[in-house]
Amino acid sequence: MKNLPLLYCGIIFMLLAPWCGLILASNVQFGNLQPGMSSPDDVGGPLYPQAKGGLAEQGREVYMEMGCVYCHTQQVRPASAELLELQTIKTKEGTQTKEVFLSPDIARQWAKRGTVARDYIFQDRPLLGFVRNGPDLTDVGSRSISAPDSDWLYVHLYDAQALRPGTMMPPFRFLFTVQPVVNGQPSANALKLPDSEAIRPPAGYEVVPSARAKALVAYLRSLKLDYELEEAKFAP
Amino acid sequence: MCPFESLVPLVDPRTDSQQSEQVQLGQVDASLRWPVLFFVVKALGWLVVGSVLGLVTAIKMVNPEFLAGHEYFTYGRFFAATVDVLVYGWGCQAVFAVALWLMARLCRTQVKHLGLLYVAGVFWNVGLLWGIGSIFLGNLSSMPLLDMPGHVLPVLAVSYVMIALWGVLSFRYRQTEPVYVSQWYLLAALFMFPWVLFTAIAGIFYAPARGVVQSLVDAWYVNGTLWLFFVPVALAVIYYLLPKILGRPIFVYYLSTLGFWTLIMFAGWAGPHFLVYGPLPAWVQTVGLVGNAVLIVPIIVTTLNHHVTALQDPRGVWESPILRFTVYSALALTLAGVVVLFGSTYSASLAANLTQFTVGHVAHLFYAVFSMAMFAALYYLLPRVLEREWPSATLIKAHFWASALGGGVLVLALYYFGLRQGEQMNNPEIDFLTVVKNAGALNNTRVAAVALLGIGHLLFLVNFLWMVVAAGWECSRDCVVRNVRAAMEVGR
Repeated sequence: MKNLPLLYCGIIFMLLAPWCGLILASNVQFGNLQPGMSSPDDVGGPLYPQAKGGLAEQGREVYMEMGCVYCHTQQVRPASAELLELQTIKTKEGTQTKEVFLSPDIARQWAKRGTVARDYIFQDRPLLGFVRNGPDLTDVGSRSISAPDSDWLYVHLYDAQALRPGTMMPPFRFLFTVQPVVNGQPSANALKLPDSEAIRPPAGYEVVPSARAKALVAYLRSLKLDYELEEAKFAP
Repeated sequence: MCPFESLVPLVDPRTDSQQSEQVQLGQVDASLRWPVLFFVVKALGWLVVGSVLGLVTAIKMVNPEFLAGHEYFTYGRFFAATVDVLVYGWGCQAVFAVALWLMARLCRTQVKHLGLLYVAGVFWNVGLLWGIGSIFLGNLSSMPLLDMPGHVLPVLAVSYVMIALWGVLSFRYRQTEPVYVSQWYLLAALFMFPWVLFTAIAGIFYAPARGVVQSLVDAWYVNGTLWLFFVPVALAVIYYLLPKILGRPIFVYYLSTLGFWTLIMFAGWAGPHFLVYGPLPAWVQTVGLVGNAVLIVPIIVTTLNHHVTALQDPRGVWESPILRFTVYSALALTLAGVVVLFGSTYSASLAANLTQFTVGHVAHLFYAVFSMAMFAALYYLLPRVLEREWPSATLIKAHFWASALGGGVLVLALYYFGLRQGEQMNNPEIDFLTVVKNAGALNNTRVAAVALLGIGHLLFLVNFLWMVVAAGWECSRDCVVRNVRAAMEVGR
């Protein structure tokens, strides 16, 4: 090549084009989204998404510190225009044809709808994730395991193998304290661990969550995709 | 008169053009001896550290109880640290050594003012060490490839500019015409990486974009780093070593222009393909898929040219350990083209994205294409700048087989099991826990492959240290260096 100005300008232009076309254009188009209504008729109703409360926000920090995003995603793939489709599914009993949602994530009941850009506007760091070594957590707060009176999430964090044998989820025991039971009266928030020698603390001791574990669980419970947006309706 | 004109003699890196070519090359190599050694020592050190971290990460996937007792050692932190150590510790510093040397050699220039280069290099390494330490202490940004905290990245970015500057200066004062294809690739890579890096640092940390625009910026950065920085440097090395060692010209040289322009034209658009079916507008995803699909053009044009050149003397390729690494890298790039084409539809992305397939694709480009080319370049350039022979050819061959098998098995396993994982994940009839358990075979394979890679890297390090510390200055048969020295004596 002899025409060097062409080389210099070419290199600059070739990168400037996608920089404007993708980064700048995206920022202009959806870099300034505001909370929206569930439907056009709902004037004066609540706007979604809504910002999270204090403890859940602290839990988000713990979620990031522990590196949860390296195994868990927070994005539900949307159901396409043709929501229902005939698909051939192979099961143990043989091949059968049935109607399923085109979005496998919704069919798996990870959430009732796909996620869109507006769902993330209050997250100063979107935690989309890139690989699903564990299940998607976008809507984990709506599942029964997250019920306020259940300590499933705590026990799962303390020792996932006890609840789901064979899982790849490591134990996060360092988020809990093993302490002696005072006056034979267990603490209100002591974990009700399954009857297994391996994970039970010694007799006279109990396992209680630390402040960070409480924040993390509060965050997980706050992860809910329980509202509709104009551009994202629940799958039927 | 330009106010900076008085600076020109200070930075002018030209070699003495009155001398013969061999003397000039000798001057180039001599001027780069300490900078190259400086970066190679650190790159290889980080490579071995990264191999150990990678092994621990792989073991943690097989046995979640491994090192689970303390929060410093969570899986996420190990994964992030492994990736960052390999990319910024090994990858970038290998580029610094190889790109500066190759550029200087092709331009017949020397590197002056080494102090600045060393200061930048020290800042790069201290910044990286600080970043990796922060990751283990829990300061993770949760953005792939930018896992280090936001305050570390500008240190790396500024150090990078001060290092890459010498490559650009070499090009500016080149004494050779016409410009060879390797020089275009190096110039483009040195220039494009800081652009994507600064965009990512600004868009994620210092002027954070809202919501998922950050994820888009990150995907653009990951893709840009791979296709506009690591792959072009690998191509520059292949274009240099293949004709140089075989003693034959590139088969159809004018096609390399097409390959170069199409690569830098398309690669910048392919970023969003990591986020297909994610929470982004459909046009962004489609642009990503199209940009990804057309990458097949530069890949085919470039690598077929390499393969045809190599096939003219297959025996010569097989007998040169350096060319084995080189051709492996070119072949891996051809396969990457097949994968890129396969992954460029919505339906394939549904099965491939959010599985180990994505990890495999990044490992493919970074290890099988880029790192193998860097090994080739280092095996070629170190004897020249250090004026010593490699003490053991057996160690080089053993390193080749460990890296070739380990890398090949790792990438293929990630692809195969990633697709299987995706297929099962998308079948709601299969319980998710079963999908997780079915990944057991992949996890075991990964431990074996990563261990093999680690052994290869250790052998490389041993050979290198042996060369630097123990081997004498004496050159053995057909050593280029002796000839250069003799020529320099005559020149004086």
